[in-house]
Amino acid sequence: MNMLNYIGRRLLLMAIVMAGVVVITFTISHMVPGDPLVANLGQSAMSNPEIVAAYEEKWGLNKPLPEQFILYVRNMFKGDLGTSIRTKRPVLYDLSVYFPATVEMATLATFISVVFGMLFGVISAARRNKAADQVLRAVSLVGISIPAFWLALLMLYVFYFRLNIAPGSGRLSLAFLSYKSETGFLILDAIKNGNMALLKDVLSHIAMPSIVLAASTMGLMTRTVRSSMLDVMGQDYLRTARAKGLTERQVIMNHALKNGLIPSVTMFGLSYGSLLGGTVLVETIFDYPGLGWYAYQSATTLDYPAIMGVTLVIALINCVMSLLIDIIYAFIDPRVRY
Amino acid sequence: MVKNKILRFIKKNPLATIGALVCILFFLVAIFAPLIATHDPLAQNFANRNRPPSSVHFFGTDNFGRDVFSRVVYGTRISLPAGFLVVIFSCIFGGIYGAVAGYFGKMLDEVLMRIVDIVMSFPSLVLAMALAAVFGKTMSNAILVIVLVWWPKYARMMRGLVLTVRETEYVAAAVALGEKKSHILFSTVIPNCVAPLLVMASADLGAAILMFSGLGFLGMGAAPPAPEWGAMVSDGAKMLNYWWVSVFPGAAIFIVSISFNFIGDALRDLLDPKLRNLE
Repeated sequence: MNMLNYIGRRLLLMAIVMAGVVVITFTISHMVPGDPLVANLGQSAMSNPEIVAAYEEKWGLNKPLPEQFILYVRNMFKGDLGTSIRTKRPVLYDLSVYFPATVEMATLATFISVVFGMLFGVISAARRNKAADQVLRAVSLVGISIPAFWLALLMLYVFYFRLNIAPGSGRLSLAFLSYKSETGFLILDAIKNGNMALLKDVLSHIAMPSIVLAASTMGLMTRTVRSSMLDVMGQDYLRTARAKGLTERQVIMNHALKNGLIPSVTMFGLSYGSLLGGTVLVETIFDYPGLGWYAYQSATTLDYPAIMGVTLVIALINCVMSLLIDIIYAFIDPRVRY
Repeated sequence: MVKNKILRFIKKNPLATIGALVCILFFLVAIFAPLIATHDPLAQNFANRNRPPSSVHFFGTDNFGRDVFSRVVYGTRISLPAGFLVVIFSCIFGGIYGAVAGYFGKMLDEVLMRIVDIVMSFPSLVLAMALAAVFGKTMSNAILVIVLVWWPKYARMMRGLVLTVRETEYVAAAVALGEKKSHILFSTVIPNCVAPLLVMASADLGAAILMFSGLGFLGMGAAPPAPEWGAMVSDGAKMLNYWWVSVFPGAAIFIVSISFNFIGDALRDLLDPKLRNLE
């Protein structure tokens, strides 16, 4: 019963935060300097009085701000996030095109950073203050400190320009450009249809950007896992385990890992959202048509409906993620009081 | 006595020591930039475009024939202050905000911290980029927008610190003396939280410089032709055969940010009582 209460309370909090997110995106899109009509319709559509009138009517621009806000929310619930000035398509449609590409990349990056982050963190903690620990800590700090855009360029220079073993940019090679995706998720498509050539092409394009994107999260993950493992390893029940005559390996594998990895669940949840946001730099460099690329193109052309659409979607994903993490946490960590 | 302590710190934290030395080096470069630079960082020379590194141009020249070495040297005068300003302003605003929330508690705390949650759920780089596009692309605006997305972190830290300090006896004594709540907050509580907040914040200098140069790379930072490192990397991004144009400024960002992170890592360990007991 307690658990249900807790989840209910968390859901309520999430709703409040989400409402706040909507208020902020609304405010920013009304902060655009100059005429909001020009900002949202673009110069060319302004010359057509019918379009202008229809737009004013739809978003209530001639009404007071609170009413505009209500219309904004109502349109949002209908799935209408406005029309992109640059692409002239509904923002929601654009998002549905670019979103899957970014989800594929962010998921792969999360996978890479979680696997290596946990591995490095556990080894680092087990070999505390020894050479392996120092090396792995340095590696994780390199991951955190290296500018993603610079790492991307270095990798492009070496693997594409010099060695020519990786494709330079994009999501697919020219040969596949006419490929129409069924799900939007190319990796899923390829596996479902057993299309190995497509799978190989997609993976070769997604590999470098995912590694670049993973670098900093991998570093943070290593740090989190190391410190929580060290925390656990100082506790009494591990001393008992050692006193029973277990080897250090058994102590770590069977006793320390279970509790030591709990904080990394939080890291995992937080990192997914930041990876989605972090795609701006990586996708811009690799010309990878995803959310980050779309956000960048929209920002440089002052395409407000579009960039606010991206911001809103990622913020909402963050909200849901943090809710999920809290619920998972309550299940796996009995110390959480709810 | 003090000397021994310093020596012990160096022995235990070799990385932090290296980081500190490198940071000092970069500060010296920033101060003495005019003496170190071999050329005018803004002087164009089209006859001398995209030349590889040589004894005249240590880091080569860029697409406008500008000396990359001198630009990297002068770039310290942009990125280092920017990193500090971001952290300082975020600390001041976030710190006071978090202190008020933590000290007054109850409904006010609830409301203020929900606002923090809201701002934190935004993707920081995307939001910063959107805001920079609204405000106009200048260096001070770049700093401002990063502060706008960064302060919540410090608000949370400060709130946590205030919650512990609030329960101490010297605060209870101030209350017993009948001092006003706001007076206690600013004269007793906040001063006792500032030091730990600053230590924690200094660990973020590397990240602040990274974020600032990221905006610069996207063309949302200091306006050209300013020798901003991120923008310089972007200058070379489209011409991989002239690798030196982006490699050197990128290396500068990397070295500065990892040096700050080396220091920050040692500070974090020092502050973490759980880890201290283990040593």
